[in-house]
Amino acid sequence: MSGYDRALSATLQLQRLFSNPPPSPDGHVFQVEYAMEAVKRGTCAVGVKGKDIVVLGCEKRSALKLQDTRITPSKIALVDDHACLAFAGLNADARILIDKARLEAQSHRLTVEDPSSIEYITKYIAGVQQRYTQSGGVRPFGISTLVVGFDKNDSTPRLYQTEPSGIYSAWKANAIGRSSKTVREFLERNHQEDMDREQTIQLTIKSLLEVVQTGAKNIEVAIMAPGKTLEMLPDDQIESYVKSIETEKQEEAAKKKTRTGTTTAAILTRPGGGESTE
Amino acid sequence: MRGPTVLKAEDDKTRQLNKHTLMAFSGESGDTVQFAEYIQANAALYSMRNDTELSPSAVANFVRGELARSLRSRSPYTVNLLLGGIDPVTEKPHLYWVDYLASLAPLPYAAHGYAQYYCLSILDKHHHPDCSLEEGLALLTLCTDELKRRLPIDYKGMLVKVVTKDGVQEIAVDNDKVVRSA
Repeated sequence: MSGYDRALSATLQLQRLFSNPPPSPDGHVFQVEYAMEAVKRGTCAVGVKGKDIVVLGCEKRSALKLQDTRITPSKIALVDDHACLAFAGLNADARILIDKARLEAQSHRLTVEDPSSIEYITKYIAGVQQRYTQSGGVRPFGISTLVVGFDKNDSTPRLYQTEPSGIYSAWKANAIGRSSKTVREFLERNHQEDMDREQTIQLTIKSLLEVVQTGAKNIEVAIMAPGKTLEMLPDDQIESYVKSIETEKQEEAAKKKTRTGTTTAAILTRPGGGESTE
Repeated sequence: MRGPTVLKAEDDKTRQLNKHTLMAFSGESGDTVQFAEYIQANAALYSMRNDTELSPSAVANFVRGELARSLRSRSPYTVNLLLGGIDPVTEKPHLYWVDYLASLAPLPYAAHGYAQYYCLSILDKHHHPDCSLEEGLALLTLCTDELKRRLPIDYKGMLVKVVTKDGVQEIAVDNDKVVRSA
């Protein structure tokens, strides 16, 4: 009797494990919300569109003393020659999702003889993410992605975001991950139409510096231009951008100081001071 | 070729697999392009996944494996290949001869089909290991002249591509040159 009972309860447990995720009475899918929490804890990633360029910026986790930084994986990955992606959230989940995207990009080329559009790749990634919220025995991807690039024979920059729920959306500039709200608000204040290469890179780095305290060594920047493949900005160039931005900030602060006579105006760009996750 | 009809004379029967590798193919016309593009996509996927380019020898062995797998399937690819490339690390040139029975041979010079009966003897005589580009092109002209002279099939010309450490480029050749047989 007890043996039969045990078998029954084990079956029920298995059924629960492999059945579709339970929705809560008010319509939330908890698993997806946990995944979005994982995204908020991930390092920050920024994407900015210019006139005929699109730039990705990422906050890098600082390496430990004994770590070999040559094989520390980047948060920016090439999906195809013309499309690239930055993510925030669980690195291990991203590896799997990126691999699926690469396979689809290549398979698209093979079947229709043309590289896929950026929207198609985004839609595919979002589709995979959605599928993992609805089937049993799996958990959602704990990552948001920013997909950037150019369509074939087209010089309009593209920037899309995907979320763990499977939502995707197009942006002029956006941020994901830790303190993404602060960065997004900064971008909302400072984004202009038709920025050139320099301005776009500058805005990307400037917005990242809002939340990255350690400066140039913890930032990586990738640039996409029409008809070209991914260009990673060398460390020394990032350093010089960071330096010029910092001196610019100091000059501005000094100007403010002489005008108002107070020292507190210098921290204008970081409202509230203390950083909290949104 | 479709039966006795020529559909297109200057069809490009090569595919670039990555920056330093070029594959030329002949065989069943549907199979060739299908197979070549399948290899092309897989080579691209590999370099994207691993952040490195496949060396010519790696590509050649992958191609051989795929052909061997296909050979034992219900409908095998009937494709003959020549695979040329520069190893991006050692910067040494490589040439591989692959046939539809999935034989693979690294060779200093190679040919497929009827052409090899005419060309190989010329290549045997004139090829040497430190052959320059100009000498190579001259040697190729010797071969094509012989084909024009002896091959009883109407000759539609050549497409010449060169793989160097800077990538793949096409070389213009004079296809209208008339060669008289003895």
